[in-house]
Amino acid sequence: MTESKEPVLRVDNICKILGGKKILRSVSFSLQRGELKVLIGPSGAGKSTLLQCINFLIPPDKGHVWLEGTEIQSRRKRDLYAFRQQVGMIFQDFNLFDHLNALENVAISLRKVKKMNRQAARDRAVAELERVGLGDKLGLFPAELSGGQKQRVSIARALAMDPKIMLLDEPTSALDPELIGEVLSVIRDLARGGMTMVLATHQIGFTRTLADEVLFMENGSIIERGLPEELLSPNSGTRSRDFCSRLDELYAENE
Amino acid sequence: MDTAFYATQLIPALNRGLVMSIKLIIPSGLVGLGLGIVIGTLRTFGHPVIRKAANGYAMIFRGTPLLVQLFLLYFGLPNLGIYLDAYTAAVIGFILCSSAYHSEYIRGGLLSIKKGQILAAQSMGFSTFKTMVNIILPQAVRRALPGCGNEIIYLIKYSSLAYIITCIELTGEGKIIATRTFRYTEVFLVIGFYYLVLVTMATFLLQKIEEKLKIPGFGKA
Repeated sequence: MTESKEPVLRVDNICKILGGKKILRSVSFSLQRGELKVLIGPSGAGKSTLLQCINFLIPPDKGHVWLEGTEIQSRRKRDLYAFRQQVGMIFQDFNLFDHLNALENVAISLRKVKKMNRQAARDRAVAELERVGLGDKLGLFPAELSGGQKQRVSIARALAMDPKIMLLDEPTSALDPELIGEVLSVIRDLARGGMTMVLATHQIGFTRTLADEVLFMENGSIIERGLPEELLSPNSGTRSRDFCSRLDELYAENE
Repeated sequence: MDTAFYATQLIPALNRGLVMSIKLIIPSGLVGLGLGIVIGTLRTFGHPVIRKAANGYAMIFRGTPLLVQLFLLYFGLPNLGIYLDAYTAAVIGFILCSSAYHSEYIRGGLLSIKKGQILAAQSMGFSTFKTMVNIILPQAVRRALPGCGNEIIYLIKYSSLAYIITCIELTGEGKIIATRTFRYTEVFLVIGFYYLVLVTMATFLLQKIEEKLKIPGFGKA
């Protein structure tokens, strides 16, 4: 196997039982450099749990995770912390640090985890916030930002760590419809810039245009996977297509 | 009015006592708060065994009278070969007691912080310790501040118990004069006024700290 073929991330046989219920049943997939894989599926399918099992925020009951060919030994704290630095995560409800302004939200992990000095961390944080279009909001606190701005700060915060991959857990689901666009456009820029990503979303249009592969999850398993044009085309007859057309109807009703 | 009594006896004695009271209150307040933050954090996020121990600590020191604790420290420990002078015994007693109360306010503050912030910090490689120190506690302490301030004001007043184990502070000095002259009413009115001034100053200081730490989104806008 040549090195360029080696996946950046490989996830194998992830299983998780929470509260007696099987949330993940042997989920496996891998990610090549620069790929964007989109997880779709109904609520409760296990998308969030899967993403959080990948960086061990939820320790999986079974399964293995490899980053660039090295298996992660999650029991070794030092290895785990080093691994997590390389995996950026974006949450549905932003999870900004409420006591820090936008600049400090991005800078704190650079200072405390990457041990950068104050000035270097600040410069980097400013650059990342400018990249997501928030160069004029550096001093504002989370309580003073809109949902879309908060999510962009959280993306800047993750990017500042120079992650090798990004896990995005429904980054637009908590946003008002008019704010979704600004966040999606940041993610689109990332995808075009070659960032390797796993994205859980209900944004079907976005998925169609940008996904390299669609993974459809239901009841804790990936039950369908394939190119978006195959899986989501009107007469494909797939479960994914059925799900998406119902989502489309839902959004049509809302408009 | 017997000004000579005030000028030559009562006020000098009370001022002497006031100095001792302040010497008791400041270290007890600061260390008590610091220890309370540690205990409160362990009670909320500690390993189950440590959590039990910290809960036991809070139970004992909140569940028994401070006077009993002071007597045991001062008169009881010598049985184990540990001799504390009255001042040290009093300060230790105040620290243990106030930290138990502080821990409860801190616990309330910690529980009010959304779990998502812990996940966010850990997803970037923060260790549990760094997550606590850098992300969670700065917010929890802000939320707990009004309660902790309350405990510090309470400490100012219960510091008067020190005189019972022979550490003569404000109340103790006054008591001696009152007993000798039998002027209980005057003496204790003046002592009460001293405490009122102390508490007023502490309240003002706590308010300043709260203002200094104020952040949009915390407390009133």
